[in-house]
Amino acid sequence: MTHLPLDQQMLDSCAALLLLLSFAMLSQRRIVTLVNLYALQGAVLAAATLLLAWRTGEGHLYLSAALTLALKVAFLPWLLHRLIRRLEVYWDTEPLLNVSGTMLAGLLIVVFAFALAQPITLLSSTATRSAVGIAVSVVLLAFLMMITRRKAMSQVVGFLSMENGVFFGAMSASYGMPMVVELGVALDVLVAVLVLGVFFFQIRERFESLDLHHLESLKEHE
Amino acid sequence: MITISPTLLTGCVALLCGWVVVGLAGLLRPGSLRFAGRTLFPLGALLGLALALLAGASLLGGGTERLILPVGLPDLPMHLRLDPLSSLFLVLLGASSFGISVFAGGYFRQGEGALPGLLCLQYHLFLASMGAVLLADDAYGFLVAWEVMALSSYFLVTTQHRIPEIRRAGFLYLLMAHVGAICLLLCFGVLQGGSWLFTFDAMRAAHLSPGWAAAAFLLALIGFGAKAGLVPVHVWLPEAHPAAPSPVSALMSGVMLKTAVYGMLRVGLDLLGRPAWWWGLAPLILGLLSIFYGVLFAAVQTDMKRLLAYSSIENIGVVFTGIGLTIVFEGSGLETVAALALLATLYHCLNHSFMKSLLFLGTGSVLHATGERNLGRLGGLIHRMPWVAWLTLVGTLAIAGLPPLNGFVSEWLLLQSFLFADHLPHAFVNLLIPMGMALVVLGAALAGYVMVKFYGVIFLGQPREASLDRAHDCGWLERIGLLWLALGCLALGLFPLQVIRVLGAVTGQLIGATVPQASSHWWLLAPVPGRPVSYGPLVFLTATLAVVFLTVLAVRLTYHQRVRRAPAWDCGFGGLTPRMQDTAEGFGQPIRHLFQSFFEIERELPAPADRAPRYRIAIRERIWRLAYEPLSNAVERLANVAARVQQGRISVYLFYGFATLIVLLAVALMS
Repeated sequence: MTHLPLDQQMLDSCAALLLLLSFAMLSQRRIVTLVNLYALQGAVLAAATLLLAWRTGEGHLYLSAALTLALKVAFLPWLLHRLIRRLEVYWDTEPLLNVSGTMLAGLLIVVFAFALAQPITLLSSTATRSAVGIAVSVVLLAFLMMITRRKAMSQVVGFLSMENGVFFGAMSASYGMPMVVELGVALDVLVAVLVLGVFFFQIRERFESLDLHHLESLKEHE
Repeated sequence: MITISPTLLTGCVALLCGWVVVGLAGLLRPGSLRFAGRTLFPLGALLGLALALLAGASLLGGGTERLILPVGLPDLPMHLRLDPLSSLFLVLLGASSFGISVFAGGYFRQGEGALPGLLCLQYHLFLASMGAVLLADDAYGFLVAWEVMALSSYFLVTTQHRIPEIRRAGFLYLLMAHVGAICLLLCFGVLQGGSWLFTFDAMRAAHLSPGWAAAAFLLALIGFGAKAGLVPVHVWLPEAHPAAPSPVSALMSGVMLKTAVYGMLRVGLDLLGRPAWWWGLAPLILGLLSIFYGVLFAAVQTDMKRLLAYSSIENIGVVFTGIGLTIVFEGSGLETVAALALLATLYHCLNHSFMKSLLFLGTGSVLHATGERNLGRLGGLIHRMPWVAWLTLVGTLAIAGLPPLNGFVSEWLLLQSFLFADHLPHAFVNLLIPMGMALVVLGAALAGYVMVKFYGVIFLGQPREASLDRAHDCGWLERIGLLWLALGCLALGLFPLQVIRVLGAVTGQLIGATVPQASSHWWLLAPVPGRPVSYGPLVFLTATLAVVFLTVLAVRLTYHQRVRRAPAWDCGFGGLTPRMQDTAEGFGQPIRHLFQSFFEIERELPAPADRAPRYRIAIRERIWRLAYEPLSNAVERLANVAARVQQGRISVYLFYGFATLIVLLAVALMS
C-alpha cells in the first residue's frame, strides 16, 4: 500500500466529511440542525480550500477560503437562524419520501456520480482529482433533498448546499474558478438568500404557513 | 453604398413607405376623427392612385425590375421585384384602395371601438403590407409581409373589440391565418430544394422531384386557400367579414383575398416551373365546390354582410376554377387555351375587387344610415338613399354577371375556356371537366338570384321598419369612393379588349402565350380563333339603352301619357303593408328547401294560438360539426394529456429538472 502525503490524506478526509455531511442533511428533519450542518459543511469546505491553497501556493485560493468562511460559515447561517426564529419554523413536516428510502436513493446517486466523474478524474492532473466524484455527489444529493422536502426553508438550504458542491467540484477539478466568477457566484448566493427570505414572509402572509403544498392550488385547472 | 435610381420599382417602394408614414401620422392626434378622416385617409387614397399609375406603367412596359434592400436577415437582404404579375395586382391594390380609402375617410365615426388614429395606422399598415407581399422576391420578405398583413387586418377586424362575437370572429381569423402561414412556411421550405437559398430566383432554378413539387403545390394550395377562403378552409370568412367595419371588409374581400390568388399564381405557375397537368384538378375541384357552396349559403343568409361574404367564397371559387383549368391546359401542352383560362382568372380578380368592394361599401352606408344589417328590417331605401342605391345597383348587376358590366366578361371567358376541355389528351377528364362548366353556370344563375334578393330586400319595396324613414344618404367622400368603384366596374365591362391587351403581358410571363384577337374591330371581343364567338359590350349597351328609351317613349306617347305613383309591390290591389312583403327568409326558402341536406337548420315555428308569433331560423354550416368540432376536440384532448405534466408541486418540477440532469449525464457517460 502506497502512503499518500499527509496533506493529500487530509484533503481526502475533508472530501469524505463533505459527503457525510450531505447524507446527514438528507436525513435531518430539524431545520435548525439542518442549518448547523450547512454551516459545518461550509467550514469543512473552507478548511479544504485552505489546505489546497497552502499546498499549491495559489494566492487566490486563500481569498476564496476567507470568502467561504465569512459567507457560508458565518453570515448565511446567521441569516437563516434569524429567519427561522422570526418565522418560527423549527421542524419540517414528514418528507415526501421516507428517510430510509431517501438514503437508498442517495446511495445510488453517489455510485452514479462516481461513475460519471471517472473520465474527468482520468483527464485531470490536479492533486484533488479523486474528489470530483464527491463534488458531483454533493450536488446531486442536495438536489434530491430539495425534491423530498416540503418546507421552503429546507429547500433553500438544499440550494445552498448544492452551491457548495459546485464550488468544491470546481476547486478539485481545476483549483477553483477564476476569481471574478467566484465573487459573482458568492454574490448571487447572497442575493438569492435575501430575496428568498422576503419570499418566505410573503408566502407565510398569504398562506399562513411555509408549507409549499399550498402553492399547488396555483395550478391551472381544466 | 447604395444608389437609388428613380425607377418604377423604387417609386412603388416609396409609395408603400408613404402609406406607413401616413399611418404613423395618425398617432400624432390619435383621438381626432377630423384629422384622420379628412386629411390622412384621402392622402392615403392619393398614394394608392399613384401606386396604381406606376404599376400600370410597368405593366404596359412589360419589363421586370429588381431591387435589393439592405434590410432583413444578415445573409438574406430583402429582394424586391416588379414584374407584370405583381404589377397587375399592384394596380388592383392601388385602384381599389383609392375608392375604399376615400370612402373610409367619410365613414368612420366617433366611438367605434378603436381610436381613429389607431385605425388609420392599422389600415395603412395593412395596405403597405399587401403591397410588400406583391413586391417581395424572397420567401423571408414574403412571409414577413404576409404576417404583417394578417396581424394588421386582425386588429382591424376586432375594431369593436368590446363585443364578444367580434373577438371570437377575430380569433377564428387569426387561427386560420396561422394554419395557412404554417403551410406556406413548409411550402417555401420544400421549394428551396436543398439549396437553402430562399430567394425566389433560387427557387425557380431548383430542381424538385415530381413528388416534392406536388407536395409544395398542395401546401401552397392549402396555405393560400386558407387566406382566400376556399372551401373547406373558408370558415373564418363569413365570421370575420361581417365583424369588420365596412371599408375593412371591402379591403379584405376586394384586395386581401387577391393577394392569396397572387401567391397561388406565383408559386403554382412561376416558382414551380412547368406544372404537371393533374395538379390542376385540385384547385379545379375545390374551386367548383366553393362556387356551389358559397352561392347556396349566400342564398339563405339574412345578414347582408354575411351574404356578401359567402358571395366572396363563390367568386374565389370562380378564380380557383380558372387557376385549375390553366394548370390542366398548360400541363397538357395547350398553351393558348391555358392563356385564355388564366386571362379569365386575372380578369375575374380585377372585377371582383371592384364590385365586391363597391357592395361592401354600399352595405356600410346602409348600416350607418339605419343601424341595421339584418335584411328583415330594411327595405325601400332607394328613395331615402338614392346615391347609395343607384351606385350599389351597378355593383349588384356586375356581380350577377349581367352584360354589359364586367362580371359577365370574365365568366364568359372562363366558360369559353371550359369548352376546350375536349382537346385534352386524357380520357374521362375531358368528359368530366365540362360537367364542372355546368356547375359554374348554375353558380352564375344562383348568384343572380342572390343579388336580386340582396338588392330587392334592401333597396326596393316598402320600408319594413318605421325608423327607416330617418335614413339619410351618405356624405360626399363616401359618394366619391362609391362612384370610383362603380365607374371601374363599368369601364372593365365596356372595354374588355383593352384590358385583355394589358393582361397579355401577364399571361405571356406565366404561360408564354397570349390570347389572340380574331376580330379586326376594336369594339368586338373575339378571343377564340376558329370559333364564331364574339362579344361587343358597347353594341350591347347601345341596344339596351335604345330598347329602354324606345319602350319608355312608346308607353309615354301611346298609353296614358302621365306618371302615376302607387305603393311599391302591391300589384294594384292596395292595402299592402310592409309586413306582407317577401322577406329575405322567404326569398331564400326555395333554395333552402331544395338543398336542405347542405344546411344544418334550427327552426322555431310559432304555435297557432300564439298572440305574438315569432319565427326564428338559424342556419349553420354542417362542416362545423363534421370536421372542425372533432378536430378542435382532438386538439383539446391532446392538450389535456400534455397538461398532466403540469402538477403544480414544486417537488415535481424539481424532480423534472433532476431527472433531466441525470438522463443527460447518463447519455454523456454512455457516449
